Amino acid sequence: MSRKVPETTASETKETKEAKEARTAREAAGVVDAGQSREAAEAAEAIGTGTSPAAQEEDSALIPAAEWQNPLRDPRDRRLPRIAGPSGLVIFGVTGDLSRKKLMPAVYDLANRGLLPPGFSLVGFARRDWEDQDFAQVVHDAVKEHARTPFREEVWQQLAEGMRFIPGDFDDDTAFKQLREAVEELDASRGTSGNYAFYLSVPPKFFPKVVQQLKKHGLADAPKGSWRRAVIEKPFGRDLESAQELNAIVHEVFEPDQVFRIDHYLGKETVQNILALRFANQMYEPIWNRSYVDHVQITMAEDIGIGGRAGYYDGIGAARDVIQNHLLQLMALTAMEEPAAFDAESLLTEKLKVFRAVQLPEDLGEHTVRGQYAGGWQGGERVRGYLEEEGIDPHSSTDTYAAIKLEIDNRRWAGVPFYLRTGKRLGRRVTEIAVVFERAPHSPFDSEATEELGQNAIVIRVQPDEGMTVRFGSKVPGTSMELRDVTMDFAYGESFTESSPEAYERLILDVLLGDANLFPRHQEVEESWRILDPIEEYWATHGRPAQYPSGSWGPEEADEMLARDGRSWRRP
Amino acid sequence: MRIDLTDTTASKINKALVQGRRAIGTPAVGMVLTMVIVTDEENAYDSIKAAEEASREHPSRTLVVIKRHARSPRERTKSRLDAEVRVGSEAGTGETVVLRTYGEVSDHADSVVLPLLLPDAPVVVWWPVDAPENPAKDPLGALAQRRITDMYAVERPLEALQTRLRSYAPGDTDLAWTRLTPWRSMLAAALDQARLRIVSAAVESEADNPSAELLARWLHARLGVPVERVETGGPVVTGVRLGTEKGDIVIDRPEGPLATLTLPGQPSRTLALKVRPTSELIAEELRRLDADEMYAVALRGEGTKENPTHV
Repeated sequence: MSRKVPETTASETKETKEAKEARTAREAAGVVDAGQSREAAEAAEAIGTGTSPAAQEEDSALIPAAEWQNPLRDPRDRRLPRIAGPSGLVIFGVTGDLSRKKLMPAVYDLANRGLLPPGFSLVGFARRDWEDQDFAQVVHDAVKEHARTPFREEVWQQLAEGMRFIPGDFDDDTAFKQLREAVEELDASRGTSGNYAFYLSVPPKFFPKVVQQLKKHGLADAPKGSWRRAVIEKPFGRDLESAQELNAIVHEVFEPDQVFRIDHYLGKETVQNILALRFANQMYEPIWNRSYVDHVQITMAEDIGIGGRAGYYDGIGAARDVIQNHLLQLMALTAMEEPAAFDAESLLTEKLKVFRAVQLPEDLGEHTVRGQYAGGWQGGERVRGYLEEEGIDPHSSTDTYAAIKLEIDNRRWAGVPFYLRTGKRLGRRVTEIAVVFERAPHSPFDSEATEELGQNAIVIRVQPDEGMTVRFGSKVPGTSMELRDVTMDFAYGESFTESSPEAYERLILDVLLGDANLFPRHQEVEESWRILDPIEEYWATHGRPAQYPSGSWGPEEADEMLARDGRSWRRP
Repeated sequence: MRIDLTDTTASKINKALVQGRRAIGTPAVGMVLTMVIVTDEENAYDSIKAAEEASREHPSRTLVVIKRHARSPRERTKSRLDAEVRVGSEAGTGETVVLRTYGEVSDHADSVVLPLLLPDAPVVVWWPVDAPENPAKDPLGALAQRRITDMYAVERPLEALQTRLRSYAPGDTDLAWTRLTPWRSMLAAALDQARLRIVSAAVESEADNPSAELLARWLHARLGVPVERVETGGPVVTGVRLGTEKGDIVIDRPEGPLATLTLPGQPSRTLALKVRPTSELIAEELRRLDADEMYAVALRGEGTKENPTHV
C-alpha cells in the first residue's frame, strides 16, 4: 500500500515545540526587518531632497552589476523562467481602453506566472482625482474582468503593494515632480533600482509634451547602471514626414535603442513562428522563392466597424492604420532572408533589405484598390455604412478597405506579387498569410481527374485559431482516379493549448528584459511610410473609395484587380 | 466517448482508438507526447485527473497502467488485460487508455504499452506512487525519455532520495524538485537585486521534507557554503535564509500562499508562493523533455566546476 503524503494539510501544521521556538526566532528577526525598513524610509527621504538615487545604488557592498554573476543562475537550469530584473512600469493614459483591457491584465498575468521581479511597481498617470487605492481598485476590476489566468489573491497582494497613482495633466509640472518623487520612493522602498519603462498609452499629439516633461524632470536620464525606456503605440505618424518628426522628438530624449514601438501582431506566437518555420526546418526554405511560389496574399480582416474611434480613424484610413505597420511587418517576416543571428540587429538588417527592395506597381490605379463599407447585413445584424457613422463627414473619402500589390525586387522574389489587403466590416475577423504555390509543371493525370485541383498553399493563420494549414491535392477514395484539394492542419490551440500567452504579455516582458527582437525600429517605420506614401498621394488625387456592402469580402474592384493578373483572392 | 474492452490485446485497443477518433470526427490530432502513468487503483483517479489537466497544455495520449492483484492463488495464474478507451471531451485534449492487468501480464506491461505509443513522439513515464528502485532500468521506464517519480509519496523520503541519487540516469526527475521551481526562481531573482557574496545559508522546513533537502543541496552546490537545515512546523518548506555581510536575504513563508522577501537594507515585501497542484507540476515537467542536469546537481549536492565548493 502506498502512503501518499499530501503537500499541505491542516493537520500537519500542528506546531512542535522546536517549531514554535523557530517561529519566535523568526519574529525576532521580523523586528530587525522592521528596523531596516525604517532606515530605508529615512534613506528615501534623503534621496527625495535631491541626492540622486544612483548614490544609494552605488552602495560599496553591492557588487557592480557588470561584474555580478548570479551563482543561482545557470544556462542549464532551464526551469528558471526569464524573470525581468528589478524594474517598474509607468503608464501614461492609464484610464484608457487599451490600458484597462490589455496592459493591466497582461501585467497581472505576468505576475501570476511568476515572471515579474519581487518589488515590481506599477505607476499610473492620468487626469483623475484618484488616490493610490482608487487606482488599485480600477486595476483590480480590469484584471478580474480581462486577465487570461485565474485571479489569485496572493498574487494580487504582491502586485498591489507596488501600485502608485499620480493625478495630473501632461503640462502640469507639479504632477511630474510628484512622479519623480514616486519613482525615487519606489527605488528605495521596493528596490526597483532606477529601472523604469514609460508606456505612452496616449494619442500621438501628446507625445512631444510627455517626453519633454520626462526630460525636464530628469525622469528620462537613467542613473548609472540602470535603464529608462519608452514604449509607444501606433500610429507612428501619418506619413514619412510626420513619422520622422515624431521619431526626432522621442529620440531627443530617449536613445533610439531604448524606444520600444509596440506592434502587437509581432507578439503573437504564430508570427514568431514564421521565423521558426522558415529557418529551423529544412522542408520549406528550398521552395520559398520565385521558382515555386506563385504569389502571396496577406489579409487582415475585421468584422467590426470603426466603433467609437471616428475621431481617430477619419482621415487616417485602413492603409495607414493597418498596412503601414502590421501587414508590411508580416510581409517582411515572410519574405526576408535568413538573419545572421536571432537578435534585434540582425532582424532589422534583413527586414530593411526587404523594405528597400519593395517595388510599387507602375500603374497605381490598376493595382491598388480602396473602399468604404456601405450599410448592410453582417452576421445577422443590420449595420450602418461608414458615411452614416456618427462623427464621420458624409463626404469623407477615408478608406476602410485597402488592397495593394507590391513586388520585392530581389533574386528570391522577382516577379512574385505580394497582395496585401485589410478592411473593416468584412466577412469575419481573420488575419492570415497565404503563400500560394505554382501548379505542377506537368500532370500525368487526365484533365478531368484534376478538374477540382487548386494550387498548393501554406497558410499561416495569425488570428483567431492560431496555426498553420497546408493545402494539397489528394486522391478521392474510389476506383476512379480523381484528385481534390485537402488541408492538413497544425493548430496552436491543439499542440500547445493555453500556454500561449497574450501578445501584450510577451511584449511587456520583453521591454522589461530589454529584448528588442519583436519591436519595429524607427528605420523600419520610415521605410514602410516610404512604401505607402506614393499610394496615399495617388488616392488623394484620383477618384473616391469604392463602396462595398458590409459583411462581404470587399469591393468588386478588388476582385478585378486580381483577375487582371489571372488570380483570385482566397476566401479566408 | 468511451469504449470498454474486456480481456483484450494491444492491437484491439489500437483499433478502438481509431474507431473513437473517427466517431468524434477528428481523425488526426496534434498530440505531442505519450504519457504513461503507472499506478495502483487507489491513486488512479487523481493521477488521471492531473494528467488530463496537464494535457490542456500538452495534448497527449495517456496510458494508465494499473496492476491488479487477485485475491486467490487460482485467480493469480490467470492472465488478463482489460482496457477502457476514452477519447474526446472525456480525455482532456488527448486520448486516455486505462489498462488493467491481472496475473502474469502485469510483469510484462511494457509489451502492452509499446504498441500503443504514439509514433515518433517522446514518452514520459510517471509513477505517482511505488516508483521502482531504478527507474531507468525498469521495463516501462526504459521506454521513456523522461521518468517522473515523487519522493512525497514514500514512507522515508530521505532514504528514497539516497536511492534516487544512486540510480540517477539522465531523464530522471522528481516532483519534489519540481515543487521548488517558484522558490528557486524567487531566490535567483533576489540575488539579481542583492548582488552580495553569500557567506551562509539555511533552509527551514518540516521534518524529513525531500524538497527542503534538495533545495539545501542545490544551494550548497551553487553557493559553495554549508547549508543549515532547520526544522519547523511546516507546512513543507517554510523559509530560506542566505547570509551576507550586509545582513540576511530571507524568504519566509510561515503558512499559506503569501511569503515575505527581505533584502538587506530594504523593507520586506510580499511574494506569492503558492503550493501548486499536481497538474501544474506535471505540466511543468512536460515543458522540457531533455535531461534535467540541475536536478542531478541538486541530488548530488556537490559544487560544479564553475562554482567550486569551499567547504
